[in-house]
Amino acid sequence: MWQWFHKLGSPRWFYHISGKFLPWLALASVVLIVTGVVWGLAFAPQDARQGNSFRIIYIHVPASFLALAGYYVMAAAGAVGMIWKMKLADMVMVAAAPLGAALTFIALFTGAVWGKPTWGTYWIWDARITSMLVLLFLYIGIIALSRSFSTRETSARACAILALVGTVNIPIIYKSVDWWYTLHQPATIKMTGAPSMHPDMFKPLLVMILGFYCFYALVLLLNTRTEILLRESRTTWVKELAEPK
Amino acid sequence: MTTLSGAFFGVIHRDLSIAMRHRGDLLNPLFFFLIVVTLVPLGISPEPARLAAMAPGMIWISALLATLLALDNLFQADFADGSLVHLMLSPQPLWLLVLAKIIAHWLVTGLPVVLFSPLLGLMLSLPEAGFLPLLLGLTLGTAVFSLLGAVGAALTVALHKGSVLLSLLVMPLYVPVLIFGTSAVQRAVDGMSYGGVMAMLAAASAFTLLIAPFAAAGALKVGING
Repeated sequence: MWQWFHKLGSPRWFYHISGKFLPWLALASVVLIVTGVVWGLAFAPQDARQGNSFRIIYIHVPASFLALAGYYVMAAAGAVGMIWKMKLADMVMVAAAPLGAALTFIALFTGAVWGKPTWGTYWIWDARITSMLVLLFLYIGIIALSRSFSTRETSARACAILALVGTVNIPIIYKSVDWWYTLHQPATIKMTGAPSMHPDMFKPLLVMILGFYCFYALVLLLNTRTEILLRESRTTWVKELAEPK
Repeated sequence: MTTLSGAFFGVIHRDLSIAMRHRGDLLNPLFFFLIVVTLVPLGISPEPARLAAMAPGMIWISALLATLLALDNLFQADFADGSLVHLMLSPQPLWLLVLAKIIAHWLVTGLPVVLFSPLLGLMLSLPEAGFLPLLLGLTLGTAVFSLLGAVGAALTVALHKGSVLLSLLVMPLYVPVLIFGTSAVQRAVDGMSYGGVMAMLAAASAFTLLIAPFAAAGALKVGING
């Protein structure tokens, strides 16, 4: 029963298996995201207070979800790589970092664009925004660290340690920033209506979240496959792949 | 064969005597701390009321930067002369020796910053009620800075120009300590009790003490190959 686990240790096996998943994941993410975007932007009802500007949540919320989940994916992969010395997990971890940073940036950016019509300003030091910004810094630290080692093996190990220390810290950072925000709460801004969303607005959001998850998996696989090829570039199977006889 | 405690105190003793022979280096973070705080009234306003409002945050941020500046030295010199490898090859558990190095490092960088801080509180017209929580909070806080910083310092030990990278790695992790530290001072200044916040800070430092030596020891084993 553990055979699949041992097979995961082989980047070559993973490369071939993941190649079979790619078209299906690509299809699913295109269908889900296109459906969600059209449904959310064109057919979902307008918000009573925010008008059409609320529609950016169809990008903002899924991106924020995955930005945070991405850190845990990265840290879990790093932990697996450290505990079982699994090369593939290291590669997944390295592949997940830029992806997570990009999603965090998208979440921050869409939040700022949304903030202008809603709150009248692009940037406020809201608890969630600040936590997201710190998360972006954590991602940037990992990416910077991964680029500064001469060998890919060492850099993955170093990033795994940093990611694990960061994971332990993330709940503390979130709680402390939340608490900090309650101390300095500005009176003018209040998040309204987030939990009680109309089902007509919520369904396209659900589709978008699913679509983003598929898209995340797709890009993570693609990044990992690139990482595999880069690391295994000296092996015969990669050479055969590049120059078929 | 050296005993466990012999090795532990031996490392502390060695690091302290090396630091004592380079006394100039000891003062550098302190002067940095002093200069950054001097820039505040020059850059913002010398008005005591405005300074007092910013004093807790400014002192904490400058203390954070001053300890960050000194982190580079934690493993760098030992790595350059090869003694770090000897430490790693010794039969004693590495995390214990790393902890000894962190303690010695805190004694020569963190503690002076803590002891120096009331003077800077005076310069920034911090109200009297804020001094005790500032001292207590900085004592706990600089310990966390040194402990977490050791992980970053270990990861970047073999890299050229690792110091900017080091700040990039550890500064986001310092956020909770900064929040709790400044608000403890602020609460005391506002006449509220700061016991709860201080307890959070103490919990954070106890927790960091538990995990950071292991993480730093693991990081050294990786970082040394960089």
